[in-house]
Amino acid sequence: MESIIAVKGLTKTYASGFQALRNIDLDIHRGEIFALLGPNGAGKTTLINIICGIVRPTAGTVLADGHDVVRDFRAARARIGLVPQELSTDMFEKVQATVSFSRGLFGKPPDPARIEQVLRAVSLWDKRDAKIMTLSGGMKRRVMIAKALAHDPDILFLDEPTAGVDVELRRDMWAMVRGLRASGVTIILTTHYIEEAEEMADRVGVISKGEIILVEEKATLMRKLGKKQLRIQLLAPLSAIPVALATYPLELAGNGCELVYTFDTQAEGSGIAALLRQLNEAGIDFRDLHSSESSLEDIFVSLVSARA
Amino acid sequence: MNLHAIRAIYGFELSRWFRTLGQSIISPVISTSLYFVVFGAAIGSRMGSIDGVSYGAFIIPGLVMLNLLNESISNASFGIYMPKFSGTIYEVLSAPVSAAEVVLGYVGAAATKSVLLGLLILVTARLFVPYEIAHPFMMFGFLVLTAITFSLFGFIIGIWANGFEKLQIIPLMIITPLTFLGGSFYSISMLPPVWQTIALFNPVVYLISGFRWSFYGVADIGAGVSLVMILAFLIVCLTLVWWIFRTGYRLKS
Repeated sequence: MESIIAVKGLTKTYASGFQALRNIDLDIHRGEIFALLGPNGAGKTTLINIICGIVRPTAGTVLADGHDVVRDFRAARARIGLVPQELSTDMFEKVQATVSFSRGLFGKPPDPARIEQVLRAVSLWDKRDAKIMTLSGGMKRRVMIAKALAHDPDILFLDEPTAGVDVELRRDMWAMVRGLRASGVTIILTTHYIEEAEEMADRVGVISKGEIILVEEKATLMRKLGKKQLRIQLLAPLSAIPVALATYPLELAGNGCELVYTFDTQAEGSGIAALLRQLNEAGIDFRDLHSSESSLEDIFVSLVSARA
Repeated sequence: MNLHAIRAIYGFELSRWFRTLGQSIISPVISTSLYFVVFGAAIGSRMGSIDGVSYGAFIIPGLVMLNLLNESISNASFGIYMPKFSGTIYEVLSAPVSAAEVVLGYVGAAATKSVLLGLLILVTARLFVPYEIAHPFMMFGFLVLTAITFSLFGFIIGIWANGFEKLQIIPLMIITPLTFLGGSFYSISMLPPVWQTIALFNPVVYLISGFRWSFYGVADIGAGVSLVMILAFLIVCLTLVWWIFRTGYRLKS
């Protein structure tokens, strides 16, 4: 895989002495959607801000499409679009004017047709002459996305793009991001909503206390760390797990009314069928079965708490 | 050179001005008119001429400078402070623009506004007092240089300020007193000798004196000295701006 962003040995210590990033190495592949997960204060925004040129690194290098973001900042930044977390907009400006401004600022000649395309893509064309202050929060977020896209970047950073956005709009935004990926844009998003990463990302990186603790294909991650559970609801409560079933990783729950069987998704054969036969032979009746798979959220929580 | 970016910032800043064109133009015109009514007509009629120039005409260069300094500083400081305040500065910081381009955009727009305003005040003054400009090119040169210098100074204040009070305090506490004590309404030679010496430490004295020379060919201080002083202040401001972008002072952590 060709990497479009290469972060090497990146460290950031703020003037206060707070070390936000510790020796980070990270490669983002061209054309992927990469989700950066981490608790508040983990260093997600600092990492993005360094790549985009808003914060200066203490040590280490970042290459964006082969250009060093400090030494060769013009070439690097021209390829990057950033949608920051905060809804920062020029309240009194009109939508179209502010998006055109962004295009110029990033060194592209005026192109009203392209601005129209971008505004239509984020469903803001009808609002092109509206003052930004009159727009709803979701629309303002889309104005910021339009500003970030106005100069046709190859790399798009979305810092918490759906924070405070309602469910429907979030779905729209996901569709838009997928559309962008289809057009060849590499997307790096940070998010609190694990659901979002699970839904969108090709790969997931987890950052905690300024360190990248894991980077993995989402599917691999789910497979590797994901667990499946089978909950068996019994007709009559058990006081202990019968000896005949001692070889199974079973636990009793719900005052002995429930057997919980945890199995590895990677193992060959789940062993469910054998377990159920054994239950039958032992004369244990059950009235319901419920199997579940751990979500990315469970994986994330266990990863971060294991580090804490 | 990212010319598109300079143009974008410059155009954006000017459009902000045109959006509030009414108040941008009317308020200085009204205040200038008031000065002429009070100082020119009411008080001026009882004053003799200074250096052979009638009092009404004498105060014109000082009044223009007074407005030029205030407008340059407030336009430029507000122009860069607002994006910092609203958070939109992220875009400028993450854009492929150099410090020089950012300064050209913001300071260029602020200076343009104040030069236009200075010319507007000259036109307004013509309605009240007849005057002639002895060295029009030098006059315009002083106007532009001063506008650029003090727009740079305003830009520095806007970056330094981390609250609206700080944005106001330098113009209010330093620039306004210096302009009033800088000979806007009188000649330095009218002061007692001790104050004349003290006045020479006031940079605004040089601005007004040089500017007045370009009108009437007479001045407290030689035009050459005035020019050197403006250029010196310009260099100080440029150095400060260069340092700000080098260190990322109040812009980048």
